[in-house]
Amino acid sequence: MKYMMFVCSDTEPDTDPTDLPDIHKWVEENDSRGRRLTGDALAPTSAATTVRVRAGELLVSEGPFAETTEVIVGFDLLECADLDEAIEVARTHPMAREGRLELRPFAGLPG
Amino acid sequence: MARTETPAGAHVGAGRVTGAGAAVAAQAVAAAGVEAYPRIVATLIRVTGDWALAEDCAQEALTVALERWPADGVPDNPGGWLMTVARNRAIDVLRRATVERRKLHDLALLTPVDAQPEPEVGEDVVDDRLRLIFTCCHPALAIEARVALTLRTVCGVPTAAIARLLLVNESTMTRRLTRARTRIAEAGIPYRVPSGPALTERLPGVLAVLYLLFTRGYVADGEPAFADEAIRLARLLDRLMPEQSEVAALLALFLLQHSRADARRDAAGNLLTLQRQDRGRWDRAAIAEGLAVLDRVRQDGPYAWQARVAACHATAASVETTDWPAIAGAYDALLGIRPSPVVALNRAVAHGYAYGPAAGLGLLDEARAGGGLDGNPLAVAVEADLVARQGDRPRAAALFRQAAAAVDSAAERRALLDRADELTR
Repeated sequence: MKYMMFVCSDTEPDTDPTDLPDIHKWVEENDSRGRRLTGDALAPTSAATTVRVRAGELLVSEGPFAETTEVIVGFDLLECADLDEAIEVARTHPMAREGRLELRPFAGLPG
Repeated sequence: MARTETPAGAHVGAGRVTGAGAAVAAQAVAAAGVEAYPRIVATLIRVTGDWALAEDCAQEALTVALERWPADGVPDNPGGWLMTVARNRAIDVLRRATVERRKLHDLALLTPVDAQPEPEVGEDVVDDRLRLIFTCCHPALAIEARVALTLRTVCGVPTAAIARLLLVNESTMTRRLTRARTRIAEAGIPYRVPSGPALTERLPGVLAVLYLLFTRGYVADGEPAFADEAIRLARLLDRLMPEQSEVAALLALFLLQHSRADARRDAAGNLLTLQRQDRGRWDRAAIAEGLAVLDRVRQDGPYAWQARVAACHATAASVETTDWPAIAGAYDALLGIRPSPVVALNRAVAHGYAYGPAAGLGLLDEARAGGGLDGNPLAVAVEADLVARQGDRPRAAALFRQAAAAVDSAAERRALLDRADELTR
């Protein structure tokens, strides 16, 4: 199954500072095992642009400037046998400790 | 397919058939259903991957049995008979739905499970029922969903009964169950028993669902059927995973606590404290079984300590002759591995009996220090009891009334007000 793993910040990070995993090792390990297809860190929301089309008119705006400290800061695209494997991949990501990770399975485009 | 729900196991009985032969047949269906239902559902899910189909077909088999057995007699292998009917029904449904041939092929190859010897529990052969329990109790499902799904799928309790027990209406419960099954498929929750370190990590979550079921059946106004289901599940789990010490400990805890079920209320339905219970009404067979199971427990997990506490109570002739220092020691240990305000509160009670009310009040202050017991009527009742034993009757009575005003359960409120009345008499 394909999972989009959203890497998010969190207002209550882990307070235990021991053995924080290294992101480069994590990437290398999961890339080599074919469980991570791609991924990256995202620029801050101040660099984001919102695009909408309403009644044929293109609406482009800055932002969103959500006043929240819990935002998506990156993503990884995973290929795992099932949720248990995806959870195992997620638990070893450094942001599982410093933030939180959200696993969303791909639903596939209808039709 | 018709979604009529013929409840499995203990819930069968109020069937449509009449007469003595019918009653015998209905009992046979009930007895066979207890064993066969989770096996059938678990096996059909493994082969078809379709939860709703598996449950429908298992229900259907029980319905057919209720129709046929009164006339045809109970088959020699009731479980195998039910499995065959359910499997054939699944083949019919899938054929109509023109699914992949592989599933049909796998289904056709299924032999009636009860015709086979009980599989050895080993690394290779995993009982389908165990897979079912671990999947229903997966941590990626909300706890309410886990409880409902376990009751529905493993125990075969009808949706309407689960709704009643969990205090929601039936359509809400139907939606909740459907959502849970859909989520299992969509989120990619595997149909598998974890192994190695993952098992150690996941087992407590499974046991927590059983514990929740049991306590729901055990609280003052709870539904006793819940406790029975929890005990049945714990027995099953213990049979399937005999090497897991905490599973045995949980079963022992259930049996020992449940041995007091009949003695916990007086004739008017009022709740009785341990002190006032007629110990002659405790279920000696359940206590003996609980102690035998506890004998197999070698590790000091949280359920092991709780079971040891329950064993101390179950084997004591009175509150006075209870081995309170042993109970106090068990709570000291439990607080070390599973700290919680409630454990700290129980520890204060135990020390109060073992070493006097002053010791109890000291630990009660400690237990309250974190704020976790603020507004907890049980903590107030404990304080009331300790104060009463120190001799301050007016203050104790006032505290009992304060606790009574804050409890949700009518039975508990009456019990607390009785204590207050006695102290002011």
